[in-house]
This record gives sequence, C-alpha cells and structure tokens, in this order.
Amino acid sequence: MHTEVFYYDNKFPKYFAIATIVWGVIGMLVGVIAAFQMVFPVLNFSEYFPYLSFGRLRPVHTNAVIFAFVGNGIFTAIYYSIPRLLKTEMWSKRLSALHFWGWQLIIVLAALTLLAGFTTGKEYAELEWPIDILITIIWVIFGFNMFGTILTRRERHLYVAIWFFIASWVTVAILHITNSMELPVSLFKSYSVYAGVQDALVQWWYGHNAVAFFLTTPYLGLMYYFLPKAADRPVYSYRLSIVHFWSIIFIYIWAGPHHLLYTALPEWAQSLGTVFSIMLILPSWGGMLNGLFTLRGAWDRVREDPILKFMVVAVTCYGMATFEGPMMSLKNVNAISHYSDWTIAHVHIGALGWNGFLTFGMLYWLFPKMFNTTLYSRKLASTHFWIGTLGIVLYAIPMYWSAFRSYFMMKSFTPTGQLEYQFMDIVQTIVPFYFIRAIGGTLFLAGVIIMIYNLWKTAQEGKFIESERAEAAPLTKQYVAPAGSLWHSIIERKPLMLLTFSLIVVSIGGIVEIVPTFLIKENIPQLTSVKPYTPLELQGRDIYIREGCYTCHSQMIRPFRYEISRYGEYSKAGEFVYDHPYQWGSKRTGPDLARIGGKYSDAWHFNHMLDPQSMSPGSIMPAYPHLFETEIIKSTTISKIHAMRRLGVPYAEGYESQCIKDMEIQADKISNNLLKENKIEIKSESEIIALIAYLQRLGTDIKLKK
Amino acid sequence: MKFQHYLERISGIQIFPFISLLIFVCFFVGVSYWAFKIHKSKIKEYENIPFN
Ligand code: HEC
Repeated sequence: MHTEVFYYDNKFPKYFAIATIVWGVIGMLVGVIAAFQMVFPVLNFSEYFPYLSFGRLRPVHTNAVIFAFVGNGIFTAIYYSIPRLLKTEMWSKRLSALHFWGWQLIIVLAALTLLAGFTTGKEYAELEWPIDILITIIWVIFGFNMFGTILTRRERHLYVAIWFFIASWVTVAILHITNSMELPVSLFKSYSVYAGVQDALVQWWYGHNAVAFFLTTPYLGLMYYFLPKAADRPVYSYRLSIVHFWSIIFIYIWAGPHHLLYTALPEWAQSLGTVFSIMLILPSWGGMLNGLFTLRGAWDRVREDPILKFMVVAVTCYGMATFEGPMMSLKNVNAISHYSDWTIAHVHIGALGWNGFLTFGMLYWLFPKMFNTTLYSRKLASTHFWIGTLGIVLYAIPMYWSAFRSYFMMKSFTPTGQLEYQFMDIVQTIVPFYFIRAIGGTLFLAGVIIMIYNLWKTAQEGKFIESERAEAAPLTKQYVAPAGSLWHSIIERKPLMLLTFSLIVVSIGGIVEIVPTFLIKENIPQLTSVKPYTPLELQGRDIYIREGCYTCHSQMIRPFRYEISRYGEYSKAGEFVYDHPYQWGSKRTGPDLARIGGKYSDAWHFNHMLDPQSMSPGSIMPAYPHLFETEIIKSTTISKIHAMRRLGVPYAEGYESQCIKDMEIQADKISNNLLKENKIEIKSESEIIALIAYLQRLGTDIKLKK
Repeated sequence: MKFQHYLERISGIQIFPFISLLIFVCFFVGVSYWAFKIHKSKIKEYENIPFN
C-alpha cells in the first residue's frame, strides 16, 4: 500500500495557545479586581467613570475566562490533536485563520461593549445581538474546518476525544442560538423574546450546558488526548470512555433547572432537574476515574513531573466539583447554596482547578514539543503548581465559610419572632472572607505569570517547528467491516452519523423540559393585577440591566419563612410575564429586590444610589453618580414600546405616540416630589429618576391586590 | 413573537421524570452492551491511536 506525505501545522496551535495565555491573564486580572471591589468599593472608580463598576466588570470576567481563556484552550487542543489523531492536515488554512482572528475579534468586541454597558442582562450570554451573530458565523466556520478535517482523514476510527469535540460543537451551537433569540431595538440593544419563567428556564438550560459543553466536554476530550500523551500510556479503559461519553451528553442537558429550585419554575421541571443532576455523578466519576487510573503504576512519575501533577489535581477537582454539583441540586442543600458564595466556590473549583490546571498541564507539555526542546525549568513549573494550589484553597475555603455563616445569620430569628440580623450585619461579617478570597485569586494569577516566564524561556531556548512531516496510507474507498462487527462500529466510523446521534441525544432533555413550559397554561398562572411597565419604568429597567445590578441582586423570593420575613411575599410565576429578559439573578451580594417597591422613599433611593454608604454605613455596593448626570434619550422609548408589543406585552395599539408624554408626566412627578419634600433638585430627565421609578414599581402589583 | 399557551393543562406530567429515566436506562444498557462487545484487539488499536 502506498503512503502519502503530509504536514501537521503547529502555527495555529501556537496562536491559540498564546491567545489562551493572554486572555487568561486578562480574564483573571479582571476577576481579581472585581474580588477586591467587593472589599473596597472605591475600586469601582465610580467618581470618574461608569465603566469599571462591578456590575459591568463581572460579566467581562466571566465571559473572558469562559469564552476567551477556556475557549482558546479548547481550540489549541483541537487544532493540535485532531490532525494527529486523524493523520491528516487541518482542512483549510484560510478557515483556520478566519476562525482564529474572528474569535479574537469577538473577544475584543465583547470586552469593549460590556464595559460600555451594552448587555442583554442574561448571565454568560450578555453579548448583544450583532456579536451573537458574529459568534454564530465563526462557530460555523470552525465547524466546517473541523468536519472537513474529519472527512479527509486517514484513520478510520474516530478516537474518543474527537467524539467529545463533535458533541460539544453541535450542542454549543444549539444552546447559543436558542438562548440568544432576541428582538433588536437598536444596534446595541435587544430584548429577549422569552419572558419571565420561560426566559429563566431557557437561560439556565443554556447556562448549565455552557458549563457542560464548553467547560466540561471539550476539556474531557482534551483530557483523553493529553493525559495519555503526558503519561505516555493509553487511557485506562477505552470501553469506559465510550459509556462515559454517551451517558454524560445524555444526562447533562437535563440538569439546568437545578439552578431554579424553589423559584417560580413549575415543580415538575424542578424535580426533573434534580433527578438528572444526581445521576450525573455516575458518568462524571466514570470519567474522573478513567483519567486517574490512566496513571496507575506511574505514581512515582506524578511526584516528579509537574505536568502530571497539574493534570492529577485538575482531574481530582473535576471529581470534587461533579460530586458537589449533584449535592447542590438536592433541594434542601440548594436552599443553602443558592444565591450564596457556595456557588462561587463551586464554580471556581471547576474553573481554577479543572479548566485552569488542565490548561496549564497542556501548555507545559505543548510548548517544549512545538519548540523542539525541553521545558526551561521544572522547578518553576512546580512552584507554579504549589502557588496555584494554594490559591485555589485560599479562594474556596473562605467562600464556603462565608456561605454557611451568612445562611445561619439570614435564617436566625429572635425568640420574639423577629429577624435577628439586618442584611448589613451579614455583609459586614463576610467582607473579611472576601478579602482572603481576593488574595487567593491573586496567588493563582501570580502562578500564571510564573508560567509565562517559563514558557517564554522555553520558546527562546528551542526553535519553533512550523510544520511536522508525517506519512500515512489513505483510507480505502471500499471499506468492508470485519465480520461480526456491531452496528456501533458504523457510528464510530461515520462522523456525520455521530454528529446526528449526539444531536438527538442532547435534544431529548431540552425538548422534554422546555416545550411544556411554553405550551401549557397551567405552568404560569396568570395574575390579572400584573400590568406592563410604564415607559419610564421600562427605561429604568434598562438602566438596571445596563449597570448589571443583577450580578449582586436577585429578584426572586423563595417560599421560606426567613426570606418572606426579610423580603416580603414569595415570588409568583405570573409576576414576571412582561420581563424581557427576566432579572431573577443568581447571587445575593445585596438584598433581594423583588419587592423593593414602596419599601423606602424616593429620596432614600436617590441618596443611596449616589452614595450607598451614606444610607447603609459599611455597604459594599458601588456608587452610581453618573446616573445623576446622564439623561434618558427619550426618543428610544418609542422603539422600546414597539418592540415590547411585538413580543406580546399588551401596550395599546398606537401607544407609541403617547408614551413620551406619559414618561415626562411620571418623571416630573418624582422630581417635583423630591424637591418639595426633600429639597433635592434634580432634572426630571436624569437617568436616576427612571431607575427610581423602576425600583418603586418592583413587586407592587401583588401588594396592591391585598 | 408571542408564545401562546396551546394547551390548558397537561395531565400526568408527574410521569415525565419517570419516562425520562426509563429512556435513559434503556439507552445506557444499550451503550454499555455495545462498549463491552467490542473486540479486545479493536480496543487495543483504538486506545493507541494517540501514539501512532
Ligand atoms: C457589588 C454588588 C452590588 C451591586 C453591583 C449593586 N448593589 Fe445594590 N446593594 C448591594 C449591597 C451589599 C446592599 C446592601 C447594603 C446597602 O443597602 O447598600 C445593596 C442594597 C441595595 C438596595 C437597598 C435594598 C434594601 O432592601 O435595603 C437597593 C435598592 C439597591 N441595592 C439597588 C441597586 C441597584 C439599582 C443597582 C444597580 C444600579 C445595584 N444595587 C447594584 C450590593 C450591590
């Protein structure tokens, strides 16, 4: 049989690897800044400009580490491993370049727009519609390049890592498109087509599966390639990896509703989320054990080799996080963990431990290979390992501590039945924990800097090999499967069939959960007293979204005594039918705001937004002085009302011609009141007036009824 | 875009989790059967792909 000569390209793996490192540093640095802001609110720099305020910075951090750091990490792994596993070149250099530069452009645009306050207000999907479209295009380009490579391969069997890459690609595509359905209002503003409960369900189906199919499955593919390579031995059980693959993609997609336990989501959907989350332990641990057992008999090497050390801790963290996650899906545990720092600790075990350490392990392995040399300093790599580990520990422990502490304080009542602690009491006791967490994050980042120096030196000592020569026989056209082979061997050979099967498997869960929530009236009981927002309130709501208030405040009161006494009557599904997008939030750094309306005077909000510490001494909420200077652009109201009506909000036909007038009347009333009763002078066009109107409206629909 | 509620109610929604579980169990058994039927020599070949 004749063989063909071809070349493995190292240029794009190198590009992606460098991008991984650069964005990793930036994403982590933003995270560290945000962590310090929660201790020292002056670091929001609110006096100077609105751009670095926590509510805007936090989405930059999450998007940067997920889509920029891990995203480029995934592409590094794919562009390096797929050609080698398939004995072929990447299909198209031009598509590789488009993919690389397109993705970096998306990241830059994402960072700039988020800082500028352009956001959809949906966690981990904050980017506005033009960027969403760009992401779709680049993702398709990446897909073509990957499938082109797979279809022109010289190795018949697709190694299991590739299955993970294929399933991740197709699932991320569906998730992104479904969750990003939005109606544009202007170039950088849109409203989610879903509202309230439905929006929440779609969002967490997306959010959870972004964790699953962006942070987990591609990294499992990465593990299945790089761990055996680094350990120089095949994976422990290839059979297990097959079962692992199919069960994990089947089950993961169902687990989204565990983010919405005790909320207004229908009970049956919550139960489904819990059941499948518990079952997730099995495939997750199957994968973890498969990874760890690969090193059986090589533990002496783990002690010496920093690359293996990183990988072992990464896989162990994966095991911890995937045990913890299902536990957090139990309703009684979730009552404690939801909205609390526990969730933050949980995701960072995953992000720093699993994704971070696995990436570092891969990079330490890859650079010497690509530069045809050995690692500059093993000692420095070990130092990185220890500093990184200490960073994770210092990050996680204070967060767990603070979660339990605040839980017990939140729910404690005095013998006479009063809440024992004010919200501010609780904030003050956990600020020191936030400080230690910020130190932990800083250490982790310091480790990365050490890595950069080490890799830089490695690159300098070696010589970059742009392409590697290889030889292999082409696949024969007429393939006859050996006698006795099962039907599955067909799937393993046929990438498009594998793609289709993965698609079917991941669709089942989504369809069973989402479709009924949309189609059945019983799921969202109507409340007649709930009315659409007034034009001014709608503008105020958009300011709330723009400033990212949802990163610290929830709008969803759970049916517990300690929440009802603190925040008011628990939230009902019918209250959110006009909320495009929903703003339930997922973290309570500040109090729930679902029923803030009428709790304080307009003047209180005015002073509080200008300087939170003046009203709540010791508050860690950022100040928002710019809202007092900027004015509402009134003309946008018309297109907003119009868009909302198209989404099903019952504004009267032709209300567009009236809405600005109504808005002015309501605004004047608020500013006149402030002047008369509190001697506060403020233009009625200021953004703060709209925000106050929105806050005073929240949760009042139901109170009126009583 | 408006999402109308096409059905007033859905009877027996409680059975959803059960059916879902059943589908999964069947699926899981199928996949496991498949994985364990693969011939040893094939497995050896597959797991060594990263090293060839
Ligand atoms: C860094 C987290 C953070 C962000 C971002 C944030 N807040 Fe707060 N917020 C807090 C904390 C902590 C408190 C409790 C202490 C206080 O009253 O200032 C609070 C309290 C409040 C209160 C009083 C609630 C009550 O029941 O006493 C309101 C109203 C409020 N915030 C509105 C907003 C709005 C509107 C935004 C966005 C423009 C926002 N917050 C952004 C942390 C935050």
